[in-house]
Amino acid sequence: MNRFIVPLVVFLGLAGVLYIGVRHSPDKSIMASALLGKPAPSFELPVLGEARKLSSRELAGKPWVLNVWGTWCAGCREEHPALLAIARQNLVTLVGLSWKDEDAAAQQWLTQLGNPYSVVAVDREGRTAIDFGVYGAPETFLIDERGLVQYRHVGAMTLEAWEREFVPRLKRGGLP
Amino acid sequence: MIPELGHFALVLALLLAAAQAVFGLWGAHRVDARWMSVVRPAVAGQFVLISFGVGVLVYAFVSFDFSVLYVASNSNSALPTFYRVAALWGAHEGSLLLWVWILALWTLAVAAFSRNLPATFASRVMGVLGVVSFGFLLFTLYTSNPFERLLPAPADGRDLNPVLQDPALAIHPPLLYTGYVGFAVAYAFACAAMLEGKLDQVWARWTRPWTTLAWCFLSVGIALGSWWAYYELGWGGYWFWDPVENASFMPWLVGTALIHSLAVTEKRGLFKSWTLLLAILAFSLSLLGTFLVRSGVLVSVHSFAADPSRGMFILAFLICMIGGALILYSWRAPLLRSAAGFDGTAREAFLLYNNILLVLAALVVLIGTLAPLVNDALGMQSISVGTGWFTSSFPYLALGLLGLVAVGIHAAWKRGRVGDSRTRLLIGLAAALVIGLAVVFGAYGLGKWQSLVGIVFGTWVIVSSLFDPIDRWRRKLSLPRAVIGMTIAHIGIGVCVIAVSTVESYTVERDVALRPGETVAMGRYAYRFEKLEPVEGPNYDGVRAELTVLRDGRPITVLHPEKRTYWVQRSTMTEAGIHSRWNMDLFVALGEDLGEGRWSLRVQLRPLIDYIWLAAALMALGGGLAASDRRYRARRLAEESPAVPGAATEVT
Repeated sequence: MNRFIVPLVVFLGLAGVLYIGVRHSPDKSIMASALLGKPAPSFELPVLGEARKLSSRELAGKPWVLNVWGTWCAGCREEHPALLAIARQNLVTLVGLSWKDEDAAAQQWLTQLGNPYSVVAVDREGRTAIDFGVYGAPETFLIDERGLVQYRHVGAMTLEAWEREFVPRLKRGGLP
Repeated sequence: MIPELGHFALVLALLLAAAQAVFGLWGAHRVDARWMSVVRPAVAGQFVLISFGVGVLVYAFVSFDFSVLYVASNSNSALPTFYRVAALWGAHEGSLLLWVWILALWTLAVAAFSRNLPATFASRVMGVLGVVSFGFLLFTLYTSNPFERLLPAPADGRDLNPVLQDPALAIHPPLLYTGYVGFAVAYAFACAAMLEGKLDQVWARWTRPWTTLAWCFLSVGIALGSWWAYYELGWGGYWFWDPVENASFMPWLVGTALIHSLAVTEKRGLFKSWTLLLAILAFSLSLLGTFLVRSGVLVSVHSFAADPSRGMFILAFLICMIGGALILYSWRAPLLRSAAGFDGTAREAFLLYNNILLVLAALVVLIGTLAPLVNDALGMQSISVGTGWFTSSFPYLALGLLGLVAVGIHAAWKRGRVGDSRTRLLIGLAAALVIGLAVVFGAYGLGKWQSLVGIVFGTWVIVSSLFDPIDRWRRKLSLPRAVIGMTIAHIGIGVCVIAVSTVESYTVERDVALRPGETVAMGRYAYRFEKLEPVEGPNYDGVRAELTVLRDGRPITVLHPEKRTYWVQRSTMTEAGIHSRWNMDLFVALGEDLGEGRWSLRVQLRPLIDYIWLAAALMALGGGLAASDRRYRARRLAEESPAVPGAATEVT
């Protein structure tokens, strides 16, 4: 044994830490959002298939989930069955945001695949999505009863992510 | 068809890398000239094949071949040509290809300039580089093939990440990688020396220019990244202690230590095992940086293409390369004995203290960077230590380093007596105090005390490093490039610390909400928000504000900060409006539309900030001069006698 073995020992310890780090790698779908814990951006948008407008103020008072989607987006088709299953659980108001899309195409999509949303707001120019800091569809936001953004899911929604991240936050209510 | 040829070329390159490693290492072990003669052609062939692969991918980008997944993911028909080429390293797969290509380039240079080295040694160096290349090519082909097809091809691509659509960031990765990968050469030299069981002053002379060159590229690469963050991220900061920045900073710190340790090994035949360890560490930290960035174990604003499944592969590779070298080290280093001793105040001693501080600084950065991982490993919540960890420890180490440079630069080799350089020390310190205090109190007033010390110490380093060249010049002695280079690089460090100290203490920053026509005043300066207009670029649209900057009521410049929305990825980027004066930057970034015609704006006056990047340029220039010193170029002519005869020791 000599002192020249010390670097090797230190390195092996570090390698162990890195190994655990890789195994427990954080979920990539949790992209930090600047909005976490902050008030959700307000909006007033036309409602798909209705002649009225939806204001974010109407949603205040109870938690809701905003799902950003478009018929042009492959990930949205992938997540659709999960959204339908989530809607059946009836835990929360599921608001769709039809992002930069044709209304007719969006209507047809919902008729064909089923409509998980309580209401769908139409964001044709994409302004509201920009306010939410949407990076690409699909993205899903959890907004609590105080109107604060609690969670952001990037990419296709899965039931696993729903059970793991959304449901506990809904049950807990408010900030952790 | 053409992308498949590129893929095939990489497979062939992998085979050549294997040949290079096996014949290089095993041939040297057997001292078989025929085996070793395979190595150089393998190096050249590998370079040609990887270059072909790079060419194919560039061609795919330029010709809009969206049937290639990587092109479809990182390009778009509206993307300007310059960025279509730069998109090559815009994400993971292409970055790796760039990595192996630069490694092939370095190896080619080693093959070309190592003909005068002992055959077995050169063969081992290239063999070790072959192992590195093999590992990375295997990683590329196995987990990250850049030529992966996407069929049917989409009509258009998803575009290059808008964050990367910037000239500085387009050339930042190649420079950074050239620095990272350059340390592979120092690593290979260290491994070869350990395999040979022989490390003398001649070895240090061979290794020095390569190491210095790699360090220069790394310095410029880091500075470019910092410059980009400054004007593109829109916060006006220049360093965020972000994991990815740290990943490039750690090899730089250890590389700096290595350069100085090599100097001692060359001049005095000392610090041999320490030099070896630093050479291994510098490259290990480069690999670790690649691991951290590419595996996604640390979440960072910079991790554009992180994938945990790739982490395992890099980790295994990391363990082979670093663990292997350290096993070799624990076996061979005890055999390297240094004959000479030195006083506690000799130049060797100061360089040793400096080295210790530099390694400590790297350790501080390493701990801060890995803290979230360690917490995670210990079952605690994965949290980052935040910048507080770094800012509360790093400045003191830096000040200590500067003090050592300012004092140690006057010390003589072997037997240093502080008395001999007392006059220089006193003159230097007095000059630094006068200049530093005059500048601080004349121009700015008292800020943080660390800044005051930083400015004085920075000035002290500059003044101190001028003594020797001026002395040589007055006595009509030769002024070799090594001395000029060292002086310039040390001035660079001084300038850097002065600039950072000034920026940290004397930046004026305001976040304001303005309507067009309104003005915000900051001291003698005022920003008047003139108007807002739409802009349209080749692949984005957005708004551009116009602000007039007034000094003492007189307009001096007009700034145009922008907020761009890129069409394809729908992401918003800020382009700060910056006007550089000789002593400060006038900075404004456009924030959010607050409604009713009001916009949030961040306005700043940042004194001396440009000197941070100027300092990096000085360091790189100094390093370049030192690496091109005559005694390295003249290697061909002679195995000149070592500087201190008799100090060279051989072991086996």
